[in-house]
Amino acid sequence: MGQGASADIRKPEGLRGSGIIAEIKASRIEFVISVPDITTSEGLLRPLSQATTPRLIRVCKEDEGVGICAGLSYTGRRSLLLIQQTGLLDSINAVRGVAVEYGLPICMMVGLLEKEPGVPPIQSRRYGVCIVEPILDAMGIAYHEIEVDADVAKIRPAIDEAYAKSRPVVLLVGKRPP
Amino acid sequence: MAVMMKHDECLRVLARHVTDADIVLPVYSTAFEWIDIRPHPLNYLSHGAMGLASSHALGLALGRPDKRVIVLDGDGSLLMNLGSLMTIGAEAPPNLYHFVCQNGTYEANGGHPIPGRGRVDFVGFARSAGYRAVHEFSDLKIFEQQIGAVLSEPGAGVRRSQDHAQRPAGARLYAPAQPSRAQGVPRRARYALTPGLGYRGRRSKAARSIPS
Repeated sequence: MGQGASADIRKPEGLRGSGIIAEIKASRIEFVISVPDITTSEGLLRPLSQATTPRLIRVCKEDEGVGICAGLSYTGRRSLLLIQQTGLLDSINAVRGVAVEYGLPICMMVGLLEKEPGVPPIQSRRYGVCIVEPILDAMGIAYHEIEVDADVAKIRPAIDEAYAKSRPVVLLVGKRPP
Repeated sequence: MAVMMKHDECLRVLARHVTDADIVLPVYSTAFEWIDIRPHPLNYLSHGAMGLASSHALGLALGRPDKRVIVLDGDGSLLMNLGSLMTIGAEAPPNLYHFVCQNGTYEANGGHPIPGRGRVDFVGFARSAGYRAVHEFSDLKIFEQQIGAVLSEPGAGVRRSQDHAQRPAGARLYAPAQPSRAQGVPRRARYALTPGLGYRGRRSKAARSIPS
């Protein structure tokens, strides 16, 4: 379950996009479904768009991506929805219905727009940031914070667990990885 | 003057051309009729709501390119997820068949009219989104004569215009126009008795995966 209660202020150092992408690939993700997000734009989406694997599917709106990931899950193909927290909030009903109520392994990597570096999301002064983890808690959705390089090690186990237990997971990226 | 097609008659014709290997995603009211006409384990029902069936269909089509994926969409549903036309058009999966029942109403929610009823042009939307073939049917006889051919072969029904001659064969959209619907059956009860993929009452692994 969520880790939003950790109140430690951490130095936002060392997060590398290449490290995150390596973990995404190691997690056997074959498709990345995305609406551009400024937090992950240069460090993740740009290099992913220039690679052949995983296959990048650009969608118009985030709830579309929830549907695509659901369809892929029934075929045994792993996917990752790469979006911004604004898109997550906009897709809450799709996440509720498809990911939670149908119990599907919808894996979401969510950039936290305007989150202050080193500040836990729950302690952010930005309303749009501090509400994210409580909402996920209320929905019973597991989440993990990805802010420093050591956090990258959480990605593969989180995705593996989502598929093993057929349930959604959210990976909250709190810093722009270079 | 447009000829009407009855919804259930249209589905019965279509069912004759759907094979055991095909995955079918019927939405809302169509789901109740379809699973009564053609109960099958590969009826995919877990697309939730808010027009996401076409997006689920895209995921299925990308994940299982060896199978035909047929989505039976509604006009109200598609309007809620109109962007999916662009995404599907861009990805152009040749195994995705997108039907839209255009009856001008939110049928499952009281029969209220959709915005732009009578003016909205799904055929135009699909063409401009990059769908490789788009057909509109309003006569059951013509639908019956043509639907087998357009569904029967890989890339069937693809119209290669000069502008898009180099693009791969992609998804097709067929829009049966203005059908009326069958009335007065206890659909929900029948729905519960004939689950398909993703049926909420069955959470076994077998019900969650598509057999080879």
